[in-house]
Amino acid sequence: MSVNRSRLPEPGPSRSVQFPAIEKSALANGLGVWTVRHAQIPVVALMLLLRRGAADDPAGKHGLAALTADMLDEGVGTLSAIELHEAIARMGTQLESDIGSDAALIGFSVLRRFADRAMDLLADIIVSPALREDDFDRVRQLRLHRLTQLRDAPGAIADRAFIHLLYGEHPYGHTPIGSELALAGLTVDDVRACHARLVRPADATLIAVGDCDHDEVHRLAAAAFSRWGGEIGAADGAGEAGHDVELPSPARLNLIPRPAAPQSELRIGHVAVARNTPDYHALIVGNMILGGQFASRINLNLREDKGFTYGARTGFDFRRRPGPFALHVGVQTSATAQAIQESIGEIAAIRGPRPVTKDELGLAIAGLTRGYARNFETAEQIARGVTQLALYDLPDDYFAQFVSQIERVSADEVTRVMALHVDPSHLTTIMVGDIDTVGAGLSGLGLGDPVVLPPETF
Amino acid sequence: MNLPFTKHTLANGLDVLIHEDHDCPIVAVNIWYHVGSKNERPGHTGFAHLFEHLMFEGSEHHDHGYFQPLQGAGASLNGSTNADRTNYWEVVPTGALELALWMESDRMGFLLPALTEAKFSNQRDVVLNERRQNYENRPYGLASMAMLAALFPPDHPYHWTTIGEVADLHAAQLDEVQAFFRRYYHPANASLVLAGDVREADALALVRGHFEDIPAGEPVAPVRVDATLEHDARLYLEDRVELPRLYLAWLSPAMFADGDADLDLAADLLANGKTSRLYRRLVFDERIATDVSASQGSREMAGYFQIAATAAPGHSLAALEAAILEEVARLGAGGPTDEEIERGRVQVEAQFVFRLQTVGGFGGKSDQLNAYNVFRGDPGYFDRDLERYVTVTRSSLQQASARYLSSARHVTLSIVPHGRVELAVPHSIPAAVS
Repeated sequence: MSVNRSRLPEPGPSRSVQFPAIEKSALANGLGVWTVRHAQIPVVALMLLLRRGAADDPAGKHGLAALTADMLDEGVGTLSAIELHEAIARMGTQLESDIGSDAALIGFSVLRRFADRAMDLLADIIVSPALREDDFDRVRQLRLHRLTQLRDAPGAIADRAFIHLLYGEHPYGHTPIGSELALAGLTVDDVRACHARLVRPADATLIAVGDCDHDEVHRLAAAAFSRWGGEIGAADGAGEAGHDVELPSPARLNLIPRPAAPQSELRIGHVAVARNTPDYHALIVGNMILGGQFASRINLNLREDKGFTYGARTGFDFRRRPGPFALHVGVQTSATAQAIQESIGEIAAIRGPRPVTKDELGLAIAGLTRGYARNFETAEQIARGVTQLALYDLPDDYFAQFVSQIERVSADEVTRVMALHVDPSHLTTIMVGDIDTVGAGLSGLGLGDPVVLPPETF
Repeated sequence: MNLPFTKHTLANGLDVLIHEDHDCPIVAVNIWYHVGSKNERPGHTGFAHLFEHLMFEGSEHHDHGYFQPLQGAGASLNGSTNADRTNYWEVVPTGALELALWMESDRMGFLLPALTEAKFSNQRDVVLNERRQNYENRPYGLASMAMLAALFPPDHPYHWTTIGEVADLHAAQLDEVQAFFRRYYHPANASLVLAGDVREADALALVRGHFEDIPAGEPVAPVRVDATLEHDARLYLEDRVELPRLYLAWLSPAMFADGDADLDLAADLLANGKTSRLYRRLVFDERIATDVSASQGSREMAGYFQIAATAAPGHSLAALEAAILEEVARLGAGGPTDEEIERGRVQVEAQFVFRLQTVGGFGGKSDQLNAYNVFRGDPGYFDRDLERYVTVTRSSLQQASARYLSSARHVTLSIVPHGRVELAVPHSIPAAVS
């Protein structure tokens, strides 16, 4: 049998995907217990989602929530930090902790036989961390060292400056790690107060996915987490109130000097839209075409046509409140001005001047829908997917509906939502790079006078 | 625990491995070419990786981007090059398996007619930007280049990094691409795995249809060059960093060789995780470092064991060096504790189970089968791979640490801020990197 090479084979049908069925219950203290059975491998992914994050940092205490999250595994009860980590290591795993503006996620994947012990340790970490002063001094110092090191990482400099330019003093205006000034002023009492204020069962969902059943997980969770107190349905914290802060109007073009840098690190974007927008699915499709996949307009232009970069991508950072839309790219220094111009040109074009074609639309929709099954292969992948439902109040049949929602998106709809939510005249550009080499070329971009920011601003 | 498979070798020499897993309606297609930067020569470095980029730029019967049709079918895909091998993979919905095999076979059999100077020149620019992004413009990004160059002599194939030298990338010619393709990219130098929602007989028939007619090439002789470190070396490199960092490295056993698993576990108990000896001492107790890590970087011909630590402000790399060497010597003399061995065993067991969770991608079941087939000639090596970790004892780990680390020569590399050469450990000389 010899293959026909005159044309590409058409993909055939695949079996339909079994979307995870989520079973839900709650403890008396308000903690949600959500499980998905996925028993192929004797592994259980156990995660606690806390709908509190860096956006809840009080003014002047940026970095407090992340530091508090970091302190949770520095000893519990009578166990020292080292003893706690020995107990985790004896289960063959390590704790994963991740904090963003809206939420924190803490947990681990373990072999099935350790599920009981893992539940107990997770509860200790969440409910009764030791929060000792000596550990606090060490952990804060390590975070300060990390900030020192980030001064030399051009991508991190760009990210931190960009978010602050867009949001200013708004709760989204700082990255979770905070600033050196704020961290230096924190005390262990701040961390204890933060734990008491933000780490409450009513704001949390325990998610278990793997070789386990719901009743068993609920029983284990009840035994481990019932002692967790805290007000049910307590009033929203500082983060919610702070969202009223007026957003700044940053300069169009901002530069942070990095002398002799071989590449310019660029961020181009503006505050866009929240996760609960009805335009969510159309925006995902539009972003795929613009800069969300290898075969996107911006990547094909900057990388595959011009060779300016190793890769360019755009994305809407959907959050509980309007998050940023941004292009992320590092380009060779000599191509900086042209890369900015081309990028802004592509962003403007997809809003109407160069509407998405039938082929582009088909590729984006197929890429999002036909490959959807890949997201449900491992327990941890499923658990992370389920956290999205808990964080953004999405319906239980969200996964099952996703494909048909995406397939419904039309080219006109993409044009409409991109025109509505992306505005070239409000794009803010930040460049971390060699200003002496790049500088002159930037004046012709029509973005006004560039503002030079000292690197230590952020 | 196991990873069942069937193996067939086609008449043209292509190894075909099939693993059925019907949990999810997806199939992983994973192909390894047994070529990497070790097959390059001085003056021509970076070539294997640059070539990998060209594999995504179209072939004779589909002379367009490689990503579009596959992403349109719902695939995720990628490739990577290291010193020893180059791999390419797609994870596709079951119904798109034929498309993936068509695409992979077209670039194996028919790449050159579609190759142009314009594509070559474009991807060279992309690779130069990859090098800028991941090495030149990244703090400590040049450390691996300096370390490999110091550990392995100039004519050893591990002397250079896979990304290559800038001058060599500029000097590369299109006709070299053609010669490289003919020498290395043919069925007898490749191994193909299908893992996932397939039936073996159907899958094999599809593979035959797409690959059987591709002509066999000349077998590629294995590269075998011994490495010895003749002298201790003490080097420094100035970089755009705030905090100085120390790297210590020793030549160590090759992948799967005696002592490899022992040193892998030694790396964990010395410096990985908060329970490790060096983390506890340097970061937790003495607080003279901000981080510490270790790895047994084992490769086909040789390995290198490396420990890295960043100095906390106000503390010297010399203090880190003294403490690290003391802990290495202590492990070589006294070995690990029973608790450390037990902890290492559970961690290995868990890692091997976790590795069975995905069919595709880097490190998934298809990639593992290819690793065992290409490097061991035995795709069924999963169980014995686990066994070589489970059988590590206090005594074997202690002996490996003594032989390869505490009593062996090593390279000491200080990365210091520009203009602060005095922060390097004493008696260091400049490292050669470009």
